Amino acid sequence: MTKSLHISVLTSLVLLFFVVSDYHDGNLARIMVLAIYAVGYNLLFGYTGLLSLGHALFFAAGMYGLALPIQHLGVSPIEAFAMGLASAATVSLVIGFLALRTTGAAFMIVTLMFAQAGFLALLYFGQWTRGDEGFVIQQADRIIAGIDFSQSTERYFAAFVLFAVAYLLIAWLISTPFGKCLIAIRENEERAQMLGYDVHRHKLLAMLVSGTLSGASGAAYAFLFGYAGATFASVQYSILPLLWVLLGGAGTTIGPLIGTAFAFYLIDISSHFTTAHLLVVGLAIVLLTLFAPQGLAGEIRNRLISWLP
Amino acid sequence: MSKTINLHHQSWSRRKAIKTIAGASAAVTASATIPDVMGYAQSQSSAPIRIGFQVHRTGIGAAYGRWYDRTSQAAVKRINDSGGINGRPVELVAEDDGTDPKRGAEVLEKFATQKNCDVAFGTLFSHVVIGSAPRAGELKLPYFVVSEGHHVASGILNRYTLQPGITDVKSQVEAMAPFIAENLGKKVAMVFPDFAFGHDHRDYFSAAFEKNGGKINALIAIPPTETSFTKYFPKIPQDTEILYHVMVGPAVLTFVKELGEFFGSRRPEMFGFIDSLEAVDIASPGLEFLDGTYMWEGNPRYVQSNQSSHDKLYRQAVGVDSNGASISDSKDVSTYAHMFGCWETLNIIKAGMEDSGYRGPEDRAKLIEAVEAMSAMPLSDDHPQGSKIFNGKTHQTFGHQYITRVSEGKLVLAHTTSIEDTFYPDEVDYTTQSF
Amino acid sequence: MDFAPHLFLATLEGAITAAVISLTAVGLSLVFGIMRVVNVAHGEFFMLGAVVAWWVASTLGGHAALGFLAALIIAPLFVGLMAALADRLVLERLNYDLERTIVATIGLLYVIQQVALMTFGPDARPVEAPFDLRIAIPWFEFSDTGVNLIWPWGLATTGYKLAVIAAAAIIVTSIIVFLKRSRFGLMMRATQMDSEMASAFGIPVRRVYCVVFGLGAALAALGAVLIVPIQQAHYLMGGDPLLLSFIVVIIGGLGSLPGTILAAVLIGMSDGIISVFFSPTLAKILATLLVALVLIFRPHGLFGHHTS
Repeated sequence: MTKSLHISVLTSLVLLFFVVSDYHDGNLARIMVLAIYAVGYNLLFGYTGLLSLGHALFFAAGMYGLALPIQHLGVSPIEAFAMGLASAATVSLVIGFLALRTTGAAFMIVTLMFAQAGFLALLYFGQWTRGDEGFVIQQADRIIAGIDFSQSTERYFAAFVLFAVAYLLIAWLISTPFGKCLIAIRENEERAQMLGYDVHRHKLLAMLVSGTLSGASGAAYAFLFGYAGATFASVQYSILPLLWVLLGGAGTTIGPLIGTAFAFYLIDISSHFTTAHLLVVGLAIVLLTLFAPQGLAGEIRNRLISWLP
Repeated sequence: MSKTINLHHQSWSRRKAIKTIAGASAAVTASATIPDVMGYAQSQSSAPIRIGFQVHRTGIGAAYGRWYDRTSQAAVKRINDSGGINGRPVELVAEDDGTDPKRGAEVLEKFATQKNCDVAFGTLFSHVVIGSAPRAGELKLPYFVVSEGHHVASGILNRYTLQPGITDVKSQVEAMAPFIAENLGKKVAMVFPDFAFGHDHRDYFSAAFEKNGGKINALIAIPPTETSFTKYFPKIPQDTEILYHVMVGPAVLTFVKELGEFFGSRRPEMFGFIDSLEAVDIASPGLEFLDGTYMWEGNPRYVQSNQSSHDKLYRQAVGVDSNGASISDSKDVSTYAHMFGCWETLNIIKAGMEDSGYRGPEDRAKLIEAVEAMSAMPLSDDHPQGSKIFNGKTHQTFGHQYITRVSEGKLVLAHTTSIEDTFYPDEVDYTTQSF
Repeated sequence: MDFAPHLFLATLEGAITAAVISLTAVGLSLVFGIMRVVNVAHGEFFMLGAVVAWWVASTLGGHAALGFLAALIIAPLFVGLMAALADRLVLERLNYDLERTIVATIGLLYVIQQVALMTFGPDARPVEAPFDLRIAIPWFEFSDTGVNLIWPWGLATTGYKLAVIAAAAIIVTSIIVFLKRSRFGLMMRATQMDSEMASAFGIPVRRVYCVVFGLGAALAALGAVLIVPIQQAHYLMGGDPLLLSFIVVIIGGLGSLPGTILAAVLIGMSDGIISVFFSPTLAKILATLLVALVLIFRPHGLFGHHTS
C-alpha cells in the first residue's frame, strides 16, 4: 500500500504540471527543490530524533559547492553539482563527527554555532562569495547537453526528478534495517545501544545522508534559480526546515513535502490579502500546533489513513 | 468588485455577523480572480498599466520600504492625475518581498505569471535585486530597480534589469574622493560593514582616494550582526585626519552615538554616508558631536536655500516637511536620500512606454530599447533630485551627488559634484545581449 | 591606541555585553530549566520590553529619568503579563511538549513582530538615557620621571554603561536570593527537580509554570529597558539576545543559574577581548567556534549535571 502511495504522490506531481497555471508551476518547482531540504532534515530530526539548528550550513555547502566552481573555475554544471554534493557530504561528516559528541540542547547549540561560523565565513570571504549580495549564475552556465534549465518546463522536471530521488531514497532507507535502527535510536537510545547497535555510527550516517540531501537542495536551488547568496546560510534558513517538517509531520515520508508546500502557500496567499501577512502566518502556526499536534500528515494518519508511512 | 459586495450585503442584511464575513470573502475572491479575467476580457486600450512593486514591508529593509511605498504611491497619483500613460491609468501592484532574495524572486514570478504586470519595479536591497534579476531575465519582464548597488552596471545582471532612477555606489563613492582629499584631509580611516555594500565602499573609495593623493590609514570592517561598536574604535589610528563611516541596519544610531562617546571633544574630521543615519533624526540625543561633520546625501533631506520648484513639488506630493520628516509626524524621518529614485524611475517608465508606444507585454522589448535610447534627463518635476545622464549600454544612470555639513542639527549643502565627477569606464554593454 | 588601554576598553565593553546577556539569559534559564521548553519567542519579549519603554518614555515626556524609571516598572510588568497569557492560552494546552512548543513559539514570534511593526513601525527609535555623562578614563605611563597619569585618546565610557553593569549585578543577585530564600523560589526549585513529585506534594505546578514563564519574559524586558538607551528599540532586535541567551544557558549548564551567569560573563568578555587580537569578523567567527568547542568537550555545559 505504501508503494502505491509513493507512486500516486509522484504521479500527481507530474500531472500537476499540466493542470495548474504557469505561476503554480514555478511555485511547485521551488517547493519540490526546498522539499528535498525538508526531506533531508526529516531523516535526522523526524526519524533519528536529533534536532539540529544548523542545517543551513549543509544547504549552503551544497549551494556554494556548486556555485563557486561555476563562477570562478568555469566548471561544467554536472561536475559542479557533484562538487556541491561532495562539499555538503564532507561538511556534514566533519560537523557530525564533532557535534554528535553532544545530544539534546547541546547538539542544537553546537550545530547552530557551526552554521553561524559558516555564515560569517561567507561574509568574511566576500571577495569570492560576494557575501550577502551573492552572485548570479548566468543562464549560459545553466545548460546541460543543450537543455536550458532556466526554462520552466525543464526546471520543473529537473526539480521533480531530484525530489523523487530524495523521496524514494528516504522511503526505502527507513524500511531497511538501518532505518529501523534510526527509529529505535529516536525511541530509546540506550535501549538501541544495549541491543548491540553501533549508535554513534548510525547517527553519523544519518547526519551524512541528511546533510548531503540538504546540500543537494541548495545546489539545485542555485542551479535552477540562478542565484547563490549568504542569506541562505543564515539562522533563519536553519529554522525553516524544522518548521516545514513539524508543520507537515515529523517522521512521515510525505510530511516534508506537505509542510513545505503549506508554508509556501500560507505566505503567498496571506500576503495577497493583507500587508500583515506575518500575523496570519504566525496565528496559523500556533493554531496548527494546538489542533494538529503531529503535523498535517500526522493528522491525516490519525484521522484518515492509519497506514501512512 | 464593489457591485459584488453590495449584492451580498443586501441578501444577508438581517444577519449582521454573517453579512460581514460574506462581504469580506466575496471581496477577497473578487480581487483575487478579477485581475486575471480582466487582462484578457478587456481591450488593452483602457485597461490599466500594471506595475509590480516589490516592497520591503517586513525584514531588515522595512524602514526604507515604507517610504519607497509612499513615494511610489505619490508618483503614480501624479501620473494618473495628468492622464496616465498612453491614456491608460497606472496601477501599482505591491507585494512584500520580506527583504529576502528567495521571496523576491518568487514575488517577481507572481507579477509576471499571476498578476499580469507589465513591468516590475522598486527594489532597494542589493541581495534582493541580485536574487530576483535572473528570474526577470527568464520571464522577460522589464525590472526597474532603485537600489544604488553597482550590480547593474557591473554587468552581472541581464538586459531586462535597469537602474535609470538612482546612481550607483561606485559613482557616488568615487565622486567623494576629490572633495575629501582637497578639503578635509589626506589620511583616512574607513569604518564600514563587512559585507558586499561595505566592500564596495572600501574598494572604490580607496582606489579613488589614492588617485587623489590621499592615503588609507586603516580599514575597519564591522561584522553585520554587531550591535555594539566601541570595542572596534581603538583600531582607528590616532594620526587619522578624517574618519569615513558608512553603516546600515537597525544599529546605525548606536554606531554613530558610540563614535561620539569614543572621541569626546577630540574627534578627527568626519565624513559619512547618510545611510549611517537614514530615517534617523539628526537631532537625536547623543548625536550633538556630529556638528561640523560632512555627509553624502543622494538628495538633501533638509530644504536648502537654493531649493528648486521641482523639489518643492516633489516634497509636497510625497508628504515630507522641510526637515525631511513626515508632514503628519515630525518623528517619522524619511529616507530622503534614496526614495526620490522611485519617483524618477516611475516617470522614466512612463516616458519609455510613451516613446515606444507600449500597448502590452508584447512590447516589452520595445520598452527596454526606448529606455536604453534615453540619455540626458534634465532637472524637472519628473527628475526633482537633479539632472542626470543615463547610460543605455550599462543600464545605469549618473547624476549629481550632494555633500552636506551638519550645522545646528540640520544638514546644510556644502558641495554639489558635477555629473562628470561620477563617471567611470563602462564595464558591460547590455545592448549586445539578445532579448 | 596602545595595546593595554585598548584591551581595557574592550574588556569594559565585554562587561556591558555580559551584563545585558546575563539578564535575558537568566530569564531564559528559568524557563528552560524549570519548564524544559525552548521559548523561541524569548527575544521578542525582549523587543517588546524595549518598544514599551520607548512608548512610555515618549508619552510621559518631561525629564529623561522620569520616563526611564516609569518604563523600568511598566515594561516588565506588561511583558510579563503578556507572556503569562501566552502560557495559559498556548503552552499549557500543548502540555509543554518540547517540539510543539518550539513551533508554537515560532508562531508567536511572527505575531509579536508583525504587531510591533504595525504599531511601532520599522524605524529604530532611541530612548534617552536617564543621565548623560562621558567618563574619560585615565591611564598610567612609566617614564624616566616615574609614573605619569595620562588620558589616552578615545579611552572613555559613559556613566550610564557603568550603571547598567551595576544594575544587572543587583538584579541577578536578587533573583538568586529570591530563588533560595522565598517560598515561591522553593516551589520553583522543587518543580525543576521533579515536577510530578512536586505536584504530589501539593505544589500547583501549572501555576508555577505560568509565573515562571511570565517572570522569564519580564526579566528579558527588564534587560531591554536597561539596554535601550544604549541601543535603540527596533522590531527585529530580538534575534541576537535570543541566540546569545540560548547559548549562555546551554554553556552554563541546563538549569544552573550560577552557570548561566558565569557563562554570560565568559561569552560577553571573550567577545570583547577576542576583538582586540583579530579583525572583527574573524573575531566573531572564532568566538562562535569557541562556544561550539566548549560544548563538544563539555556536552553538559560548565555546571551541568549528567542527568539532564
